[in-house]
Amino acid sequence: MRQLDLRRFPGFFAVTMLCVVVLYAPLMVVAVYSFNASSSITLWGGFSLDWYADVFTGPEAPKFRVAAMNSLIIAVLAGCGATIIATAAAVAMHRAGRFRGKTASFALINLPLMVPEVVTAVASLIFFTAIGFSGGVGTILLAHLTFCIPFAYLPIAARMQSIPDAYEQAAMDLYATPWEAFRLVLLPLMMPGIFSGFLLAFIISLDDFLITNFVKGAGVETLPTAIFGAVKQGIKPNIMAISTLMLGVSVVFVTLSWLIGRSGQRDKA
Amino acid sequence: MNVPLLGYEPINGWYHPGKEKQFRGWFGIVTGTVISIDRVVKSFGTFTALHEVSLDIADNEFFTLLGPSGCGKTTLLRCIAGFEPVSGGQIRLHGEDIAPLPPFKRPVNTVFQHYALFPHMTVLENVMFGLQRLGWSVVDAEGRAKQALELVHLSQFLKRRPGQLSGGQQQRVALARALAPEPKVLLLDEPLSALDLKLRQAVRMELKQIQRETGIAFVFVTHDQEEALTMSDRIAVMSDGHVQQIGTPREIYEAPANRFVADFIGETNLIEVPVLGIEGGMAEVSLPGGRALRCPTPLTGPVGQGVLSLRPERIDLCAPGEADLVVTATDQVYLGTDIQLKATLAGGQELTIRLQNALATRLPEAGTQVGLKLEAGAARLLAA
Repeated sequence: MRQLDLRRFPGFFAVTMLCVVVLYAPLMVVAVYSFNASSSITLWGGFSLDWYADVFTGPEAPKFRVAAMNSLIIAVLAGCGATIIATAAAVAMHRAGRFRGKTASFALINLPLMVPEVVTAVASLIFFTAIGFSGGVGTILLAHLTFCIPFAYLPIAARMQSIPDAYEQAAMDLYATPWEAFRLVLLPLMMPGIFSGFLLAFIISLDDFLITNFVKGAGVETLPTAIFGAVKQGIKPNIMAISTLMLGVSVVFVTLSWLIGRSGQRDKA
Repeated sequence: MNVPLLGYEPINGWYHPGKEKQFRGWFGIVTGTVISIDRVVKSFGTFTALHEVSLDIADNEFFTLLGPSGCGKTTLLRCIAGFEPVSGGQIRLHGEDIAPLPPFKRPVNTVFQHYALFPHMTVLENVMFGLQRLGWSVVDAEGRAKQALELVHLSQFLKRRPGQLSGGQQQRVALARALAPEPKVLLLDEPLSALDLKLRQAVRMELKQIQRETGIAFVFVTHDQEEALTMSDRIAVMSDGHVQQIGTPREIYEAPANRFVADFIGETNLIEVPVLGIEGGMAEVSLPGGRALRCPTPLTGPVGQGVLSLRPERIDLCAPGEADLVVTATDQVYLGTDIQLKATLAGGQELTIRLQNALATRLPEAGTQVGLKLEAGAARLLAA
């Protein structure tokens, strides 16, 4: 029987190239022009690292530094919180047997992935206004914590699925209490998934603009909203430099998340 | 080192080299009862997996739960281990009901079907795990774990991860891990099923030997009758959540209690016969063709019809004149040590006869009439 080989389709190469260009050309332009010596964002004036220096020492550096600190704190805390909740959810979904509302729980955990982000943003803003929370790092943190849960849940649940419950039974058979069985056996086995989930949640929080922009109060900025604010006064190449730095961080974290998740799959006995 | 486990004293102290081992008897002649399963019921929703199962397992006994898949043998094992709560009845360990206890409070350990060795721990850490949960110091636990690994000849792999071991080695680690805390009863859930045939046969005798050395009662679950017959002191044959028969391998094979056991253990021919009379464990039946035959039976009351179980290897060929049964030969199957002869009775019923290859000099052509002689022990009358 002839295999359906997509690569032999006419125009396959052209379509592939088109997709690659559409997806990555803008990123390439930003990355390349961040090393531009001229202050134009369209004309190439030679290679330099001036704009990177400008990010850290230029007139806007203090603003970016505060925003970056905010982003980092929020991403670490939201990532940790979301990972803990997602871990608990994954254990419950895979170990509590059948319970009422299991399908509903599963849908609820993953719903934020399907809800348009702007809807979540508006809903978060209305919610915080209704309960009288004024915008600030606190509201951003809470909002991030919420929408990061499904992202943390995915790799953790995938890992959990591959751990047969015989391990915990074996632990309890060997006189481990349920808590010891969790702590000494299940948790270490889940660890690659948990790391992977944390990194994913971290980077999702770090990169988020839309929800942050809605729920942040006046004067509080994260890195993405600070970049957006700076762009409003005209695009300078230092924006390209800071964007390229963020892109680098994202790529590193997502790659790490993927690598850790994969290595976990492999050394399973 | 001699630390009592959960308030019990160790049975034999297998970890003291040179200590006199007590004789553990043959064929179930043993001293006391360690586990008593008393009318245990287990239901999953509307499905009943165990119907009032009762059996006693003796100290130092190699006891096998044998049956086809879905017969409830694994469920019973999981009830003893504590992974399944029983729906009714008692599981008594040295007289004390352990059915309400969680698994981690039962002095019972399990060798799992796929071993369930902790992949993130070394072999030594795996074996030490149970001891440490019982509160042993690291030094004591390590000493005992090393002895347990010595028992299964795995001392050279202490620092390896389970993933770096072969299937047979993993199986030994699982055994050492379960034996190290010196359980009152060791439960084995088809531990040989993941091994290839040659290894399986080698491990059987070793497992049996370890059971004798340690003196711990083994409860072994299998669907493999050969495994059960070669290793067990006693076997409980199960089907559909009922215990069909409990006995030594010889009793189970040679004196099956009913049609299911006769059919499940080994090969047999089952033919329906009219019963002429039953007295004192012997029945007189009328064979197809008219001859009368006296054979043992577990039945007592008067019955009109019964099923005669004829073991293929206890049937021999003879001249049609002096035969118990006259059949028409239909086919031969060469099996190496044996030759299997297929034949049909006048009524059309098929029979299988096993002849030793070395002794089978004159094999009947297909289509010829052959006389069959039923040797002593060939026939047993069972309820229809």
